[in-house]
Amino acid sequence: MDTTIENSNLKSEDYFINMGPQHPATHGVLRLLLTIDGEIIKKVEPDLGYIHRSIEKMCERDSYQQIVHLTDRMDYLSSHINNEAVCLTVENALEIEVPERVKVIRTILDELTRIASHTLWWGVMGMDVGALTTYFYGFRDREMINDIFEETCGARLTMNYNIPGGLMFDIHPNFVKRVKEFIAHFKTKLPEYDTLLTGNVIFQKRMKGVGILTKEDAISFGASGPVARGSGYSCDVRKHHPYSALDKVTFNEALRTEGDSFARYAVRIQEMWESMSIIEQLIDNIPEGDYKVATNAVIKLPKGEFYERVETARGELGVYVVSTGTKNPYRVKFRSPGFSNLSLLNHISVGGKIGDLVATMATLDLVIPDIDR
Amino acid sequence: MTNQSLQEIISSWIPELEFTEEGSQFLNITVQPEQLHQLMSQLKTNSETNFDYLFCLSGMDWGKELGVVYHLESTTHRHTIVVKVKLSDRENPTLDTVSDIWFTADFHEREVFDFFGIKFNNHPNLKRLFLTEDWDGFPLRKDYVDEINMVIK
Amino acid sequence: MNIPLSITKTIYEFLLGFMSEGAANIGSMVTIALIYLAIFAVAGLYLVLLERKVAGWFQLRIGPNRVGWWGLLQTMADALKLVSKELTGTVKADKFLYNLAPYFVIITSLMALAVFPFTKEFQAFDINIGIFFLVAISSIGVIGILLGGWASNNKFALIGAMRSGVQTISYELSVGLSLVTMVLLTGTLQLSEIIEVQKNGWLIVQGHFPAIIAFMIYMIAGTAETNRAPFDMVEAESELGAGFHTEYSGMKFAYFFLAEFINMFIIAAIAATVFFGGWLSPFGITESIPWLGVFWFLGKTLLLVFLMMWFRWTFPRLRVDQLLTLEWKYLLPLNLLNIVLMALIVWLNLTIQL
Repeated sequence: MDTTIENSNLKSEDYFINMGPQHPATHGVLRLLLTIDGEIIKKVEPDLGYIHRSIEKMCERDSYQQIVHLTDRMDYLSSHINNEAVCLTVENALEIEVPERVKVIRTILDELTRIASHTLWWGVMGMDVGALTTYFYGFRDREMINDIFEETCGARLTMNYNIPGGLMFDIHPNFVKRVKEFIAHFKTKLPEYDTLLTGNVIFQKRMKGVGILTKEDAISFGASGPVARGSGYSCDVRKHHPYSALDKVTFNEALRTEGDSFARYAVRIQEMWESMSIIEQLIDNIPEGDYKVATNAVIKLPKGEFYERVETARGELGVYVVSTGTKNPYRVKFRSPGFSNLSLLNHISVGGKIGDLVATMATLDLVIPDIDR
Repeated sequence: MTNQSLQEIISSWIPELEFTEEGSQFLNITVQPEQLHQLMSQLKTNSETNFDYLFCLSGMDWGKELGVVYHLESTTHRHTIVVKVKLSDRENPTLDTVSDIWFTADFHEREVFDFFGIKFNNHPNLKRLFLTEDWDGFPLRKDYVDEINMVIK
Repeated sequence: MNIPLSITKTIYEFLLGFMSEGAANIGSMVTIALIYLAIFAVAGLYLVLLERKVAGWFQLRIGPNRVGWWGLLQTMADALKLVSKELTGTVKADKFLYNLAPYFVIITSLMALAVFPFTKEFQAFDINIGIFFLVAISSIGVIGILLGGWASNNKFALIGAMRSGVQTISYELSVGLSLVTMVLLTGTLQLSEIIEVQKNGWLIVQGHFPAIIAFMIYMIAGTAETNRAPFDMVEAESELGAGFHTEYSGMKFAYFFLAEFINMFIIAAIAATVFFGGWLSPFGITESIPWLGVFWFLGKTLLLVFLMMWFRWTFPRLRVDQLLTLEWKYLLPLNLLNIVLMALIVWLNLTIQL
């Protein structure tokens, strides 16, 4: 009797697991279909669309001022920057020059948003690899930023403070004082983060050498933001195509070459330091002036196509508007950073273990509404 | 490189391309569907153009024609270019995939298929991305009608 | 106050007054078992509350403080809630094994509590293979986990149970070997005798260098054996839902949950007995009041329990293969070398005697 594996009736099938839309590690409603062999992953296939709200179709029937309010539901952790992207598109298309005051305030709020997003990312990152205390420390610092936003803009998460032409209202008198207090407080806390997580041997062993992304792959997959900068591709939109007040400040671009999860982690920590340095350079010299420029009540862009790029906390957001001269855009396409970052998940997770997949996904910092739009 | 020199180099490969700069901040190239893949791979591999970063792939419905707009950038020379391709067949539009040239096109082309119905030849996994498998119709087309889900002002 | 501390004998003699000898034996055993069950079921609940409070303090918040003054009735309320829950089960679960699994786990935990000496002569079951008994009992607990994962008929539960089984079996070796290192100093496995030996100084002081290494290995391996962080891949909530007890609810889930905390208490109690002198006071300061030994014992145990909770809320978790590498490539060889070192020290009479 032939008992070799090829000729017997034993068949081995791939073990198929669903990390379903409701899962503590997928940061939103993302469904991952994993094909595994024991503990090794053979294929990861994301299933999207659980929070698709057809924002691009809605933009075709809304006016330009209304589109701004749709964008901050996309990547809700960088909502201020998303709003600014659309406002910049409209302002550059109409060739409106906004006052200096507006530019400086927009940049300060951008960097505060970036710090808020990164502290939330850090807290959740620790939680995913098992250090449950980091969640509270990250949120404690984020609360201070949320309070600043609440006082000035009126909302904690979806700011809606930018309008085409400037800001919706002037900053609160307490703004400068509170931002300075926050910077002083946060400078003592970031080293604490390093002590708790970055220097921990267990954490480093979970992250170093895991989920390696080479520079050529990063470029080919369209990665941007800290994901690409962790692999050595210099893609910071704030450096290459500066907007608002970014040409007036000096800062370093956080770059690493190893391309593993630890490199992406370190890039984001360094970005928080750089953001604080940008805010410090601007906060003392906010120029006086108007907080907005008057535009028509009904904004009509000239006929043509317009593309604007900004750097959100996740990467490069692109707004592509095709206009035929009417009061609604003909087509709006949002090039979201998370969409391209998610497409490389399969490539870097194959051959690793399930524990590595969770660590890698945490460093990709995906916000699913940004992907699904 | 300036738009002028880019235009000279690229038109030397394929003569039937149309170049324009009006109505846009970048140099726009319109290419025929049959020559799309050849143009794209030359744009990437040629060392003077070296467009290795595809940062935006959008589907478009121009009213009579469907099409795709590609925004390309070079990471070494830092110049940007836009390639457009138009398809006149609305019933069964097909195009060559560029996902073998830039891996990011994999997901982007699935999105275009989902919303516009444009099929891509040789795509590794062409199925709907956001909408469910049994969805009828292609929502981002201008002639899409849906009484239940669309709110028209 | 003259409270007779030898409880088994007291109850036995009390019952002998109106029963035959055999019945009195069984009667005393049953009574003691019921008393321990009652005390430790409640103690398990209060350990859960302690964990939640400690977690709150590490995370800059207060922890439960609404139900009862200072939150003391919180876990009572949780236990009542768990008792009243519907007992769900999966359709194709193997009914008998599914129901049996929690009992393996809780019974072995409670059995291990019987041999601890809380103070001089206050010990339910003083057998001469004390430590051997403890290690053997903890091995039986693994069966419950594997049964629970298998019988749930759920892929995630099965993966969790397999991981847990592998982890527990590997780390038992380290636990056993580090205890063997200390047995070399005492020369006996009986727990009350081990404490007698420590009247000349706690074993961690007597054995200085190898004893400290043995203690550190024991704490690491003990934390791993109870599936607590940083070794809690098994129930890694961010990955697999809840591991092997995903499909359990109500009282059966409460058994698993309680057993984890009682296991933690047992590991800390063994460490307190073997390394830190059990119920003996430091330098013999309350030698004359024997019943204070209970407080010394509980104090030392709770300090070590706090240490284990501290680990959980600070460190990230290890990946499964890193966990096993740690045991088989690092802890086990280190342990074996340590035993040789301790044997040399005992043979050459280099121990510190106070």
